[in-house]
This record gives sequence, structure tokens and C-alpha cells, in this order.
Amino acid sequence: MPARGRQAVLWGGFAFVLIVAPLVFQSGLALTALSQMGYMIIICLSYNLLLGQGGMLSFGHAVYTGLGAFCAVHALNHAGAEGLPLPVSLVPLVGGLGGAAVAAVLGWVSTRKAHVPFAMITMGVGELVFAMTPMFPGLFGGEGGISTNRVVGEPVFGITFGPQIQLYYLIATYCFACTALIFLFTATPLGRMLNAVRDNPERVAFVGCDPQTVRYIAFVIAGFFAGIGGGLFALNFELVQGSAVGGLTSASYLLYTYIGGTLLFFGPIIGAILSVLVGVLLSEFTKAWALYLGLAFMLIVMFAPGGLSAILMANLRVAASGKFCRLVKPGSALLAATPVWLAGVTSLVEMTYHRQIHAPLNPTFRHFGVLLDVSDGADWAGAAALAIVGGVLFECARRGFVRHWRMVQEEMHALGPGAGGAS
Amino acid sequence: MKRIRSLAAATLAATLSMGTGGAWAQAGETVRIAVIDPQSGPFANIGLNILHTLEFLAEREGGTHNPAGVKFEIVPFDNKMSGPESLNVLKAAIDQGIRYVVQGGGSGVAGALIDAINKHNERNPGKEVVYLNYAAVDPDLTNSKCSFYHFSFDANTAMKMEAMGSSIQDDKRVRKVYLLNQNYSHGQQVTRYAKEVLRRKAPHVEIVGEDLHPLGQVKDFSPYIAKIKASGADTVITGNFGPDLSLAFKAARDAGLDVAFYTYYAGAAGTPAAIGDAGLGKIRFVYPIYTNLASPEYQAVFKAFGQKFPNEAFVTSPAYNLFKALSHGMAKAKSTDPVKVARAMEGLSFRSFTGDVTMRASDHQLQQPLYMATWNKVDAKNPIDVEKTGNTWTLDRLFDSYVASTPTTCQMKRPA
Amino acid sequence: MAFFALSLLNGISYGLLLFMLSAGLTLIMSMMGVLNFAHASFYMLGAYLAYQVSAWIGFWPALLISPLVAALLGAVFERWVLRRVHRHGHASELLVTVGLSFVMLEVVQLVWGRAPVGYRIPAELEGPLFTLFGSPFPLYRAFMMGVSILMLLAIWLLVSRTRIGLVIQAALTHPDMVQALGHDVPRVSMGVFGGGVALAALAGVVGGNAYTTEPGMAFSVGNIVFVVVVVGGMGSLGGAFVASLLIGVVTTFAVSLDQSLLHLLQAVDVPVTDAMANHALLALKISQVAPLLPYLLLVSVLIFRPKGLMGTRET
Repeated sequence: MPARGRQAVLWGGFAFVLIVAPLVFQSGLALTALSQMGYMIIICLSYNLLLGQGGMLSFGHAVYTGLGAFCAVHALNHAGAEGLPLPVSLVPLVGGLGGAAVAAVLGWVSTRKAHVPFAMITMGVGELVFAMTPMFPGLFGGEGGISTNRVVGEPVFGITFGPQIQLYYLIATYCFACTALIFLFTATPLGRMLNAVRDNPERVAFVGCDPQTVRYIAFVIAGFFAGIGGGLFALNFELVQGSAVGGLTSASYLLYTYIGGTLLFFGPIIGAILSVLVGVLLSEFTKAWALYLGLAFMLIVMFAPGGLSAILMANLRVAASGKFCRLVKPGSALLAATPVWLAGVTSLVEMTYHRQIHAPLNPTFRHFGVLLDVSDGADWAGAAALAIVGGVLFECARRGFVRHWRMVQEEMHALGPGAGGAS
Repeated sequence: MKRIRSLAAATLAATLSMGTGGAWAQAGETVRIAVIDPQSGPFANIGLNILHTLEFLAEREGGTHNPAGVKFEIVPFDNKMSGPESLNVLKAAIDQGIRYVVQGGGSGVAGALIDAINKHNERNPGKEVVYLNYAAVDPDLTNSKCSFYHFSFDANTAMKMEAMGSSIQDDKRVRKVYLLNQNYSHGQQVTRYAKEVLRRKAPHVEIVGEDLHPLGQVKDFSPYIAKIKASGADTVITGNFGPDLSLAFKAARDAGLDVAFYTYYAGAAGTPAAIGDAGLGKIRFVYPIYTNLASPEYQAVFKAFGQKFPNEAFVTSPAYNLFKALSHGMAKAKSTDPVKVARAMEGLSFRSFTGDVTMRASDHQLQQPLYMATWNKVDAKNPIDVEKTGNTWTLDRLFDSYVASTPTTCQMKRPA
Repeated sequence: MAFFALSLLNGISYGLLLFMLSAGLTLIMSMMGVLNFAHASFYMLGAYLAYQVSAWIGFWPALLISPLVAALLGAVFERWVLRRVHRHGHASELLVTVGLSFVMLEVVQLVWGRAPVGYRIPAELEGPLFTLFGSPFPLYRAFMMGVSILMLLAIWLLVSRTRIGLVIQAALTHPDMVQALGHDVPRVSMGVFGGGVALAALAGVVGGNAYTTEPGMAFSVGNIVFVVVVVGGMGSLGGAFVASLLIGVVTTFAVSLDQSLLHLLQAVDVPVTDAMANHALLALKISQVAPLLPYLLLVSVLIFRPKGLMGTRET
């Protein structure tokens, strides 16, 4: 399929999913989760402008999303109370401008260096901003934050943005537009220069471009999109609190963007979707979600530094080169062994957590439909046995799979760069 | 024949439901209550303690002996101490058809919930949700942010300060007061109310200094203690909690600072363990109960809870009042519908550990007596060992409801 | 005069405490170039282990056992995790330690619960050491200062005077050559990492009972430790020492300064209106932002002198 046609299909597919998703998942929680995915995609993409495209590891990105959110919420309050002629649909742009303005100021000091000094500066700036928010209640609303109402002004074509579904489509529009814009940016000369600065800043300087200027501009652009994401966040919850600029929020952007993958454009999209699934849904299923997240993050850093998107792309490449059938059998073995091992390990973890938290009231709980009793030694032994047996099976299957994978990769390599090659 | 039978059945059912005045309408019904609090992460300690407290009380208060004959089911939701996350789990709870929400860990979250619940109730008549607050003590929640659907069961910051003010008024030892607080809403409010209440109730007392420090950032309180010492204060009023409180006590003990501490949160879960032997006879706090309260009902609850959860203690008495209010409200309204129950709870008086308490209709703030307790060694009269420290809370003073009662500016909008 | 002397003493002792917390991180940073985000987590682990050992045996054995256990765990982590990530670059090493800090927090909470634990100062170390201007100076604080200085001496001696120290220093800049000369560089890395986290654990043993031992302790200490290391200069032990003293003294003295921008305006005879007096920014006192000064220092140093005060390298 020619590249242009493929691109059209991908973007069309993306738009289709955005439009159709709320019709498939209709509950109140699902709708708010989809809305959150929408703006998280924008935020993670903006973060990856820094991390993946520019090689700038930022520990304080929440400053820009959060301050953008505060700008948006103040603008919305003014639009409501004092009749500022600002339609609700343009409020995220106010957030974006706010984020860009803050990035213009703070970016000047942050981008003078790269790598670890940059990371440390962003961390210091993030801590400072977060610690200052309770001290200025006029701007940041103290503990309660600033709340607002997105139903202001006259309805346009009957749209008030009161119902969540209307807000979702607004977010989806912004999501599509911002994704497209960021994608276009990566293809511009400036975007390419940014990649060059990431890879070899010295050479860039020799070519005649100042790496610091490039980083600074990228920083401001990232701040703009981060602010848009923040503005949509403000519209979604109608509330912005100091935690929006905090270190934990910044850490979550880092974690999920990295897990999604920083090397490919759509990696952060996967990361954003995962962030909502884990943050909103997983924590309701298990108290051990933080442990799972930490372990998953460590495993990805160790074994798949390109993230989930890189894994996906590698598999797609194999499929495109026609060698996927070779991997079907070892892949199935791996897919069969993994749940066994995971079931055992998660049972142990869940039993440990349950014992600590709930056991006095009720020692039993359901795990994947199976009733487990933490006071029953047999259940512990069973889970441990399952984990060990599953672990052995998994390791065997994994080795087999890796062997076949390496063979396939060698063959593909021998065939030359023409073989395989998704976008 | 069939028609006669079904007619007879219908008549019987109608007679039953009429004859007993509908009190049976909700009997045996299970009322589901969502608990929105941090149950994982750094604040989980307090969130889990309150979850256990609520689950314990749900079991104890529900059943056939319940005034409304209902059972309670607690459904926990983890908000990770975040306002926006709380709104997410609120949606999840509403999706599951739960009409009662309980929360107390954080006034920021409380404000967010009141706002969201107001909006939801307005946009979804017939699916209203009622919010019962057991510990978020920002006075704004029953003043500028008051809502018909929100009920507050703990005494708020201003009420506790009124109690402290009355205590200081009568205590001749207090001449110079220092205000040490965290620089955010709660701490700023404590500072403000302390100045206002002391000016009114104890004008002979001089406020010799104040400090506002960033929340959770101070590791070493010795400079603050040095300032307090230099000011010549004999009493410190502080709204600090957690490490900000226990570290301040330790620094004061290390520096040999011999002052009395009037606090809000010295009794919160985890803090007594961190205090240890510091400040014996010096540390005080104000709360609706204290550990060694001589009420048979309270002692029974305390003991039973301690047996079920050996590493925790029953410290959140507002939760008890919450269940009592809900039960009596449902009995009075003869229904579990939240709007009817909310109306029934307005002005409701019922018996609690500490005597009669009333849910004030004007702002939905529970009017109750308060206690000032002091940290002391365990003795015969006060035998309960708090968090295995060998120390306990002993009674300093009891304040009747009217002492701590504060006026309200609430302009409550009630549903038709 | 009394206030000044007391503040100075408090400041220096707080500074030495900060150094005790950051000594291990400096060691790892200078030897391996890895910024260990989980350093504060090992501090927490050391405190909890010491609490457990104190409950079973006593405080003094805990001083030895807790750092040893931590060193073992650190070495295992280095061997199986860090080494694998090493080839992906310093950023990846940083990230994997971020993940480790989350995992360690959960594990500690699983084992010891979420509430603060009653880890107490041993009876023989309680009480004042001396009294200065009417204020007692706690014996335990002096003990902590002593441990801190011992750490400084130990690390300095190790690095500059012993053979292994020279090997470590060489391996930092020329690992292949050192390996070619026959030294086991991976084993040395393992040892250094283990040693660094052992120092963090020792700081936990000594600090955990003076400050509270609870799950949030890593979070509250983590940031300030990074500030010390970065301000001092990454890779410089002397720099970390100077930075911690600087931060300790500045923070302590700043608490006693109740001046704000309003005072500045008044000093230059600008009339202050009521609206201005209530304005949050103008009325902000230096004492209110004192604990945040380290971050300001961090940002300033990174802008004007990214190598840090006494550092020799930037990354």
C-alpha cells in the first residue's frame, strides 16, 4: 500500500475510533474515562516532544499542564461572571496560551542545559511551583482549588457542554487536531532539527543552528500543547487543584509516556490510554496497582526501552515480511504460559494485600472469579505452586520464542531494508 | 380461581403495606454506601483506618435492631487523595446506583465532591446523591459552600477554635501564645480564627508570634522552636498534622521547650505513636471524643473494634454519629430515598456517646459537645494504652454544644 | 548573640544531617554516574530494618545489620537490573531507579503497614549533651553529627587512599582500560552501589528514630538529597559537604527572618496601602519560604554554574 494511502487509512481510522468510541462504551464512568484519554493523549504527545523528540527528560511537565489548567479555569470564570466574550470551546486555547507563556519564561532557564542538569532543573522548578500553590489562594484556590461551571453563555446549536457526551466530542476534536499538528511539527525542518539536537548537539552547532534555541522553541511548543491538555482537563472536571502542578502528576506523565514508547510517534497515545485505564480502572480492582505499575515500568526500562509501541511495531514488521507464521507456535506457547504465571503471582500479591487490609473482616475474596481465603494455607500453597510452575513454563516458552524471534530478525535483516517496514 | 388468588394476594400486600404505616417499606433493605478516601498511596494509613471503622460500624448498626430495619453495605472507592480522581470514582459509584457517599479525608476533596454532587443532583432529578462528611473540617463547607445534600459530622475548624478559646480564657497559665501552622487553607484558617477568637474571648492573652511553613516540607523544626523560645510564649496553637506535628513536638522536647501545645490533630491515627513520650502533660487536642471517655456504649465499641483490628483503634467518632443520623433519618422518613432522608435529618436530634446531638437544619452541621484531652501516662482512671506507647489521652475539659457552636452564613437552597 | 549562636549550631547540625543523607548518593554518583532515585527508598528501608532489628535484638546491632542487608539488596539490584540497563544510557538508569523507588515503597508498606512505627532513640542516647545559652543540645543530635563526619572521613579515605578507591576512580573514566588491566570492573561497580546504599541505610538507622519512620519518609527526604548532590557538584564529595552545610545554615537562618517585600517597600519609603498589605506575594515573608530555598538554590546553581559548586563534570 502506498505511503499516502496508508497514512489516510491510519488517520481515518483514528478519527473513526474517536467518533465511535462513546457509542460502544456508554456508561458514565466509561464516558469520563474516554474524555480523560482524549486530553491525556495531547499531554503525553506534548511530553514526548521533549523526551522522545528532543531528548529532554523533564520531571516537571505538570507545571505547564497545571498552570494552563488554572489559566483556563480563571478565564472560564471570567467568561461566566463578567461576560467575557469567550466561547467555552475556545477555553482550552486560553490554557494553551497560558502554558506557552509559562514555558516561555521558565523554559529560558530550563533549556540552557540538556540531559541530567535539565532534568534536575525541571524537578526543582516543579517543586517550587507546587510548594508555592497553597500560599497564593487567590490564584490557586487554596486546598479546594478553583472550581468553575462549563455551562455558561448561550447554547450554540443547542450545545451547552453540560452533558459529558458533548464535552467528549469537544475533547475528541481537540485531540485529533493537536495530534495532527504535533505530527506535522515532527516533519518540519524544526522538528527534524530537534531530533538532531537530541542525537548530536555538537554537530548541530557545527551546522549552524544553536541547540539551545531549538530546545527552547520546542519547549514553548510543548508548553502550548500541554496547556491545551490542561484546559480540557479543567473543562472535564470543572475543578483545578494544586495537585495539578505536583510532582506525582509529572511522574505519571513520564511513566506512561515511557511505557507507551518514546521512539515512535504513536507511543505516547498508547501510554495515555494506559494511564487512564490504570489510574481510573485498575485501582478499583486491586490495591496493589502501584506495585504492578512500578514492576511493569522497571521491566519495560530493562527489556523494552522502546516501550509498548516498539514491541507492536516490531511484530508488525515481522508480519509485513511474511514471517509471522514462524512465530505463531512459539508465540502461542508464550501466550499460554503467561496467564498461568501471572495468575499465580497476582494471587500471591493480592492475598498479601488482602491479608493486610481486609482480613479481619472477611478473609475471602474473589480473584479472577476464584474464591481465595487468606487464612487457608492450602490457598497460599496453591498460589505459590501456580506461580512457580507458571514461571518455569513461562521461562521455557520465552526462551523458545526469543530463539525463533532472533532467527526471524536475522533473516529479515539479510533480506535488506526493503523487507517489512510499516510506517 | 387464579384471578381470585391473585386478587387476594394483592389485597394482602396492600393491607400489609398500609397497616404498618410503611415502616416496613425499607425494612430488610440494604443501603449501599460509597466510601471515597485514599486507600493506597502515602495517605492510605488514615483512609484504611476509616474504611475499617465504617465497615465495622456498618456491621454493628445494620440489621433487625436498626431503627429503620435496614442493613448497610460499604463499597470502598480509592481516590488517592486527589480531587479530580474523587470525581471519577464518584461517577463510578453513581453508575453502580449508590446514592450515599461518605468522605472525610481532605477538605479539598470535600469541596470538589459537594460541587460535583450539586451539579449531578441538579442535572439528574430522581437520582440524587447525599454526601456525609466525617472529617473534612473546612468551615466553608457549611458556610459559603453549604449544600442541602451535604451533612457535616465533625466539628469544623472554627468550632474547635471556639472550644480552645474558652479553655484559654479560663486558664491563668496562658499569657503568651504562638501560632505555628502549615501554609495552606487549613493552617491559614487556624491562624485567622485563633486571632479572632482570642481577641474576643481572651483579650488579656498576647499573640507573640506566628509562623506559616510549607506543608510537609520541613524536616527540622528546631529553627521554629528557637523562634518560639525567643518570643517567650508559654502556649503554642497549631493546626499541623502528621509529620509536621510529630516533628515539631520532638524538636520542642529536644530543645527543652516547656510550652503547652493546643492542637487539632494530635489524636489522629499514627501521630501518638510518633509522639511517644514527648510532651507528657503538655500536648492537648480538641475533638468530639477522647480515648478514655466514660461512656459504656463508646467503650464497648472501642473494645470490639480493637479486637477485630488489633493494630488499630476506633478514633473517628463522627462515623458513629453518621450511622446513627442515617438510621434515625431513614426511620423518620420511612424511606431510604436520599432526598427524603436528607429532609428527615434536618433538625434531627439523637442520642450519641456524649449525650444528645443535633443536626442543625440551617447549615447541616452537627451540634455536639467537644472534649479537650491531654497526653499523659496511663493510670487507673485512664487505662487505655494508645498505639502501644504506654500513654493515653486524659480529660482536660468538656465543652457543651453551645460553647463551640458558631453562626453560619449559609443560604441553603432546598429542593421543592 | 545567643540567637545567632544557637541558629548557627542548629544550622550546622542540620547541614551535617543532610550530608549524612546524601553521602551515599554522592558516592554512587561520583563512581558510577548513576543518579539513584531510589536512594531515599534505601534510607527508608534502613530505618524500617533498624526498627525491626531493634525490636528483636537492639539498636547497636542494627547499626551494623541494617546497612549490611541494604548493601546486599543493592548489590543484587546492581547485578541483575542496573547492569542490564547500563547500555541504554544514564537516563534509563535513572528511570529504572524511579521504578525501584515505587516498588520499594509498596513492599515496605506490605511488610510493616502504612502507619508510622514506633522506632525510638535508645535510652542511653537520650537527653542533652550540653546546654548553650539556656538551650539544651540533644546528645542524639551530636551522635548523628558524629556519624555524618565519620561517613565523610570513611568515604574520603576509601576514595583517595586505598587501592580500590583508585581503581574506582579510574573505572569511572576509563572502564575498558581498567578492565584490560585485569581489574574486575563489574564487581567493583556492584561493590560501589552496595556501599552507597549501605550508607543510605545507615542514615536511615540513625535518622529514622529521630524523625518519624513512616512510608512517606522517602518522599519527604528524596528531593532535598538531590538538591545537595547537584548543588555540590555531581561527583564531588567535598562539594556535597559544602552544599549540605550551606543549605542547612541558610534554611535555618531564613526561618528567623520575618521580612517580606512589604518591609523592603517601607524601607525605601514607598507608601503601603491596605490592599498591598494583604497581597499574598508582597506579604510573603522569607521565613515562610525558608524550606523552599534549597530548590531556589538548585535552580540558580544549575543556571549559572551547572557543574555545581565544586563539581568536575556535568552529567
